[in-house]
Parts: sequence; structure tokens; C-alpha cells
Amino acid sequence: MTQQVKFYQTGTYTVGNRLLDQDQRTVQSSLDRSNALDSGHRACQGCGEALGARFAIDAAMRATDNQLIACNATGCLEVFTTPYPETAWQMPWIHSLFGNAAAVATGVAAAQRVKGKKEVRVIAQGGDGGTTDIGFGCLSGMFDRNDDVLYICYDNQAYMNTGVQRSSATPPAARTATTMPVGPNPGNEFGQGKNVPLVAMAHGIPYVATASVHDLHDLERKVTKAMSMRGARYIQIFVPCPLGWGSKPCDSIKLARMAAECGLWPLFEAEDGEITASTKLRKPAPVNGYLKLQRRFAHMFKPGNEAQLEGMQALADKNIAKFELLEEKGDEE
Amino acid sequence: MLKQMEGSMAVAEAVALARPEVICAYPITPQTHIVEGLGEMVKSGQLENCEYINVESEFAALSVGIGSSAAGARTYTATASQGILFMAEAVYNASGLGLPIVMTVGNRAIGAPINIWNDQSDSMSMRDAGWIQLFCETNQEAVDVHIQAFKIAEKLSVPVMVCMDGFILTHAYERIDMPEQAQIDQFLPPFTPRQVLDPANPVSMGAMVGPEAFTEVRYLAHRRQMDALELIPQVAKEYAEIVGRDSGGLISTYKADDAETLVISLGSVIGTIKDVIDQRREEGEKIGCVAIRSFRPFPIAEIRKACANAKRIVVLEKCFAVGMGGMVASNVRMALSTQPVPVYNVIAGLGGRPITQKSLHNLFNEAAADTLEGLHFLDLNKEIVERELERERLDECSGSVAENILRDIGAVAASKV
Repeated sequence: MTQQVKFYQTGTYTVGNRLLDQDQRTVQSSLDRSNALDSGHRACQGCGEALGARFAIDAAMRATDNQLIACNATGCLEVFTTPYPETAWQMPWIHSLFGNAAAVATGVAAAQRVKGKKEVRVIAQGGDGGTTDIGFGCLSGMFDRNDDVLYICYDNQAYMNTGVQRSSATPPAARTATTMPVGPNPGNEFGQGKNVPLVAMAHGIPYVATASVHDLHDLERKVTKAMSMRGARYIQIFVPCPLGWGSKPCDSIKLARMAAECGLWPLFEAEDGEITASTKLRKPAPVNGYLKLQRRFAHMFKPGNEAQLEGMQALADKNIAKFELLEEKGDEE
Repeated sequence: MLKQMEGSMAVAEAVALARPEVICAYPITPQTHIVEGLGEMVKSGQLENCEYINVESEFAALSVGIGSSAAGARTYTATASQGILFMAEAVYNASGLGLPIVMTVGNRAIGAPINIWNDQSDSMSMRDAGWIQLFCETNQEAVDVHIQAFKIAEKLSVPVMVCMDGFILTHAYERIDMPEQAQIDQFLPPFTPRQVLDPANPVSMGAMVGPEAFTEVRYLAHRRQMDALELIPQVAKEYAEIVGRDSGGLISTYKADDAETLVISLGSVIGTIKDVIDQRREEGEKIGCVAIRSFRPFPIAEIRKACANAKRIVVLEKCFAVGMGGMVASNVRMALSTQPVPVYNVIAGLGGRPITQKSLHNLFNEAAADTLEGLHFLDLNKEIVERELERERLDECSGSVAENILRDIGAVAASKV
């Protein structure tokens, strides 16, 4: 009788790498990973974006046999990886402007096509401000034309590079420099914001996914899948920002996991505009645990702000229903 | 080959002869026919090995061009008016990155009030963006200069704007002598980029530069434009040797050698000015003109030389820096700062107002008598202006200036002005 190997840590779906066969291990754990975003850059301690970019780009490099060009929007990722004459990018990389990464990528992809370099693939990347706000027009245009580009948005839910101002990806109630926790409705407004993965789906593009830095296997799988396809693809990766969120650098992965497990960051995939899969939650956690670890939400726990907490829980509950995050009974592995 | 054709179509054919690899298209009057023409050529297969991309804005048009040029593809786009303002951030970015994109500007006014007709405010708004700016007098010149523009851009790694007056040139049917493909293939070698995005040789492009190097980077951009002062005439010469036609260069002169009155202008209005000069020469007046073909780089030495013997200079321009005066005149004055010659600045043709021979005769009469103001607005109706000023004095809420004036003069539509 053989003993069944349990891959998952208690209460989570996180797979311990060392328990897996070699061919099932992550790109990130491989000695052969490209290190396309190399060490020595200037990201803050605990930066989720640095992790997310590293995970995603290395997976994309593996998937394309290193035949990859990156187009970067202005933002933290651009700044902390470069100032000339230094660069952390061990791959062809271009930064043009804040709002045009998707369009620049379209141009790079067009040049590969016209030169017959079918094997050379293109990704565009930016933060949530460069993607959901100022870069939104170019992003939608790239989707509309179904250009052969994977756009990756590293979503830390505000303009961190300029000092933590609200973006259209900032969650309700969150404190930012432009949504201060003062007055009768402290923090960011409820009822605002933009769900760009859903907007991307509405373009009918081949592939849309959300991912998070806490689930490396899932993230790498989605990037790899995206790179196996042609046309416009979009992945939005949840990347905690200790500086902007007022959280401990050592809690970044934990916060990412908690955001997923309470339903505030649903992990799902969609093809041709239809949701095809979502990561199930064994037992959704209440949002309070996730919110409590971040100073940007501290005002919500003051007396009188109970409605904001209820509002956040309602958002999580809505996500759980909408993306069918609850495991059906008897669905356990 | 001689053909009777629309200016825009002629430019489209000329651009096709340059074998562009990526073309970004976004409609804005009056350049639209150019990209329409190219779109049909790509779709039909007449223009091979070319990606034609319909984008969602001018900002995207030039941004796609930045990507394709950085990846080593010969890149072309066209715009006008509000479009060049909408892409302004990318205009500076393309030159800063040293990407030899060629872009047509079908010169048109900038609103508000919205106006689709010709003046040169649009390209002039980008005169300091680090692009080479070449202005065309005729559609034949537009054809030749577009082809030369690719060579100039790629040799210097600097983008080039080819400026042609909207409607007056873009929509005019003229006889065009179209070069043969073999001639252009001989004239224009394939594009070898200075730096390229290539997985075989990874580079980082467009990273941040601090105060320790920014001045030197900017200075070198200026130096490159100074190099263009030598390259532009050289390329025109090479073109003439192969195609057999003189066009391009930094300036052209007409009856300027002995001229006491020298008119300086740029673009299609030079044609009207030449006709007026011919008529006045018959009356014995020593008058001539200089057409500025390269506005950036500004040909200071050539302007100085051309103006050496003139007694007065009249700079006539279809653009206007509000609160200051003409941009071209400011540049000419700087070029002539050591020459004690009066420079009269004339603002004309704004928003498509016709520049007639009659108006030019009146203007040159005043110039010859040295009674012209330093800054003169050709055919400005001062009575209309005074009446509007009076309305504003009488009523704090006097409403839209543009609407008031049109109601005042009783014009039904702006096009009838």
C-alpha cells in the first residue's frame, strides 16, 4: 500500500516545490531560469511587483526559448530596474512613455512579423496606473486589433512610484495620498474603480487571467499558457506594496494569499471572452484578517466605520458568487 | 513617369517607393487620403512586406511607430492639427530615443475654435521637439522630399516631419513626375538601425538619465541637427543625380540676388509670392523671395547669406505665437541679429484664410515704403475686432468671441469667409 503524497500545506493549495517531481517544479526553482530581471535592482524590501515581474518574465522566457522582447510603461518597475548605465534586464527591453506600453508592443510585434521572425514574441508590462488609467486607450486598441502581445499588469492598487495616489484599481476605503482617511467617507470611494480583466474579456481576446504572487505554480502556468497562444492576451497579477499599503515587507506573500482566500482577489481564467476556470476556495476567510495587516485600511476598524467593513465583505462575497469560487461539495481531491 | 494626381495620393505612392515596413494609420483631416492610399496598396499586395496598422489615436499611431522603429522596421505615419498635439508626448519621445520615423503633417490650424483649414500652427507647435522639419512648396516637392526624408532620418537616427499645406497641397490635383522604383532602390538603402531590440543582443532602451548626462544628451541632439545642415543638401544632390530633379535642400531662392525687398516664407504660399514678385519685377521693383525648406534645423548661415544685400525683410508665416508674434520671424531675426536690416513680420492665412495676390501687392507696397508695422496681420478686419471689444466692454457675459463675430458679419458658415 502506497502512501498518498499530500502536496498542499494545511488549509491552502500552495504546493511545496521540493515534494514535486523535477518536471513539475516551478521555472523559478530551476537553475536554468533566465534571470531576465536580474538581482541588484532598487525595488523596496518585500516588493510584490519585483517578484511578480521576475516570476512572469522568467516563465515567458522559458516558454519562448528566450526569444522575448519587453515593452515597459513608466512606473516603479521601469525606475527600479534601470537608471542608465545600469539595467537589471537581461533581455531586450524598451521604455517609451507612461501610457503607451501596449502600443509600443504592437509596433515591436509588427516589426517581428514583417521581418519574418515568428519565433520572437512580445510582452508589454506596467503597473495598474499605466494600465487601467493612462494606458487604457492603447491597451484597448491593442486588444481590439488582437495584436500578438501578452500584456501583464502588475496591480499594486495605486500609483506607488509617484507616492501612493489613487488609481482606478485602488480598492474602496483604501487610504492613498489623494483619498485620505478623513471626513465622513474616509479613504477611496465605494462604487468606483475598474475591473480591467473583465473589460479585457469584453474585447473577446483569446486569453485573460488574474494571478497572484503567492501562487507561483498558478502564475507560471498562466503565463506559459498565454505564451502558447497567439493574439492579444492579458494577465493582471496581484502584487502587494509594503510602502503603499503600510504593511510589513515580510507579509507581502501572506497578504497576496489572504486577498485571494477572502475573495477580494479572485483568481480566474477566460478564453475568447468566457470564464473557463477559477481557483476554488476551501473556506473563504473573512476580509478583516486581510485588511487588518495594512495601514491603508486602519481607519476602517475605528468605531463608526463598520459600514465600510461590511461593504468590503460584500464585495468579497459578490466575487465569490460571480466567479464561482466556492468548492462544490464532494469536489475535494 | 508623369501623372495627374491628388497630392495625398502622390505622397502615398512616394512613401510606398521607400518600401516602408510598418505604417500606422489614424484618420485626421487633411492627411487622411495619404494613409487611405497606403492602406489600399498594402491590402491589394501592391506594397509588399509592409504591416499596415489601424490604431485608435494619434498617440497610439506614433507609439506603435516607436515600437516598430526600435525593432528595426522602416516606419511611417501621418497626422495633422489636433492629432500632432494628441501625440505630442510621443513626438518628443521618438526623437529622444533617436528613432528615424518619417511622418507627414498635412498642415492645419489648431482649435479652439475648431477649424479644419490650412495654416502651420500644428507642425510649428512641435518645432522644438527634436525632429527635422521639412516644408514643401509643391506636391512634386512633397513627393521628392518624402523619399529624401527616409534617407536623412536613417543616416542621422533622427525622425523627420514632412510638412505640406493641408488642402492647398494635400487635396490639389497636379502633374507629378513619379520616380521609378529602381531609382529609389538605388537612392535609398535598406534601414540599418543604430540600436535594435533583438533577443540575440539584448539592450535596454529608454531608461532614465539624470542631471549628470542630460545636458550632454540634449546638446548632442542639437549637434545631430547641425550635422543635418550638411546632410540635407547632400541628400538632395544624391537624389538629383539619380532622379534628375532638384528638390529638397535647406532653402531655395527666387530672384533674390539683387532684391532690396526679400520675402521669406515657407510652404505652398511661395507659389503665390513668386507670381506677385514676377508682376512687381515687371514694374521695376527689386523684390525676391527665400523659401525655407528646412525649418529644423534652421539654416542660419544660408538665411544670412541670402539676406546679405537686402534692404528689408518681410517674413510671411501661417502661424503665430500668441502673446509674442511669428515663430519664423523670431528665428529669422535671430539669424540676422548682426545685420542691421528691418524684419517685418506678417501673419497670414490663419485657419485657411486665402492669401491673395491683391493682398500681397498691398502688403509689399507698404513694405517698399517702409510703412509696415513690425508685426502685421494680413487682411485683419480691425472694425470687426473693435466691435467685439466694444461688446465685451458693455457686457460682462458677452459670450463666445467666435460666435459673436460670425453673427456680426452675417456669415452663415465659416467656409464662406
